[in-house]
Amino acid sequence: MYDFALVFSLHHAHFSRSMALTREQIASIAALARLELTAAEVPVYQDTLSRILDFVGALEACDTKDVAPLAHPLTGLSQRLRPDVVTEQDHREQYQPNAPQVAAGLYLVPKVIE
Amino acid sequence: MADFHNSTLTELAAGLRARKFSSVEVTRALLERVTRHQSALNAFISVTADEALAAAHAADQTLAGGGGGALTGVPIAHKDLFCTQGVRTTCGSRMLDNFVSPYDATVVKKLRGAGAVTLGKTNMDEFAMGSSNETSYYGPVRNPWNRELVPGGSSGGSAAAVAARLVPGATATDTGGSIRQPAALCGITGMKPTYGRVSRYGMVAFASSLDQGGVLTRSAADAALMLREMAGFDANDSTSVDTPVPDYVATLEQPLTGLRIGLLREFFDKGLDADNERRIREALRVYETLGARLIDVSLPHLPMSVPVYYVVAPAECSSNLARFDGVRFGHRCENPRDLNDMYRRSRGEGFGAEVKRRVMTGTYVLSAGYYDAYYLKAQRVRALINEDFVRAFESVDVLIGPTTPTPAFALGAKTADPITMYLNDIYTIGANLAGLPAISVPCGFVQDLPVGLQIVGPHFAEARVLNAAHAFQKVTDWHTRAPAGYA
Repeated sequence: MYDFALVFSLHHAHFSRSMALTREQIASIAALARLELTAAEVPVYQDTLSRILDFVGALEACDTKDVAPLAHPLTGLSQRLRPDVVTEQDHREQYQPNAPQVAAGLYLVPKVIE
Repeated sequence: MADFHNSTLTELAAGLRARKFSSVEVTRALLERVTRHQSALNAFISVTADEALAAAHAADQTLAGGGGGALTGVPIAHKDLFCTQGVRTTCGSRMLDNFVSPYDATVVKKLRGAGAVTLGKTNMDEFAMGSSNETSYYGPVRNPWNRELVPGGSSGGSAAAVAARLVPGATATDTGGSIRQPAALCGITGMKPTYGRVSRYGMVAFASSLDQGGVLTRSAADAALMLREMAGFDANDSTSVDTPVPDYVATLEQPLTGLRIGLLREFFDKGLDADNERRIREALRVYETLGARLIDVSLPHLPMSVPVYYVVAPAECSSNLARFDGVRFGHRCENPRDLNDMYRRSRGEGFGAEVKRRVMTGTYVLSAGYYDAYYLKAQRVRALINEDFVRAFESVDVLIGPTTPTPAFALGAKTADPITMYLNDIYTIGANLAGLPAISVPCGFVQDLPVGLQIVGPHFAEARVLNAAHAFQKVTDWHTRAPAGYA
């Protein structure tokens, strides 16, 4: 339903060049992120996101050949495991007061299937 | 009435333990200050007076019975992204305007366990995304040193509250400098511990590989005390590190003789304000008189830390904030046409401009076709920055430099251009990317505004960093200065 192609269409072989995002690209990014933008917001994000991408494009100048990506700073640590036993109980009654719309213990959303 | 607000956290804890005064007295006095300065500073989002007085009364009973922990009866405040059971946690966002957490963050639980009394929840940049506290849905916080200026961010409310002596200490979080930068701009002490040292359970997530809870206080000694009580392993946080917490207070007085201080060439760049640099150089001379040695070091990849951060942090934020969908908690739009309309309008209305900007930046850099070029590339450069730090710490014990390029700036001065705002964190982001402990302490003034000195240590060297900060504060009095009208 979204035009993914628009988001992915930008040729990015040359990061040093100015990354001017189009209105359509901003609309596609917003759609992917499930964000409704007002007409006034679109040009603002067009401008600032383009500038941010230009700014982070500086990374391209860094030689990272044979460098493994670092996902988190504690490199020596591996993920902790725990015994496969049930530790949590049902907290639904505590959680539901924060929900916008509930009924019979369920979370209500607009109809999904016609 | 004693002027409790001028007492430090350590002094209040000791006085309460010695029963020189009661927690109810201190709590009443500080609550009165919080209320009196709220309209001028906007440091708090929620003030929990009734809960605070009840807790203070209970603390007095505990103390009367000869019991109590390290902080029994001492008033503090929590940044409004630490979940507090029964008290709303807004994260500075319309999205969570009416969110009441069903549980306490581990930090909240631990500080309560140590006896601290919570006066309320402090204002902050929305979802901790900002360096000026201007992105808060609840309005900007003002700097007690000059109310036309920003307090820094994202922990601006906590920093202003401590600087204005409304509370002796407050919790805060630091993803790219959100503890140290406001500490510098408000003339107080701010400590970000090692990634994994303080539990992130119940701390609303922004960028999970960078976020770390810490403290804002008026001295390194107070930071040592408060941090000791809130740090430690937590099975509920999968990145919590299972190593014992040393007694940071016990090692504060160690001499600095022979301490090797690294001066980062990249920290003294052309972006550093000349007057700020003078204050930093003066502080370094103080360290020399204390017996430390200054050694020039270079972290060649450090200038890349801001671009790395503005790929990694938005990427993680876009993923973390996907949970705000208007279904289980948070804002929901009126009369959604269908599910997708509900998602889009709830998020569009619930999030402010900067949060949306970062969610979209993150969405873009993680999308197919861009993931390798931006996200993986940033993670590779992050590895290089991390290696730079590891190499530096082979020849020095701590790194010292400025916390910020300039003192506090005017409200509105940097809101138009996000890049200008992002560059505020140029000296602080490195410690987040590498997960290092770092502190900012006041080291002088430029045009009557405080300047911060940053001390960075290797992983889990909080004790050494606090020791170095405390030694400086023993021979200087910058940290004891109060803004005019708040002493």
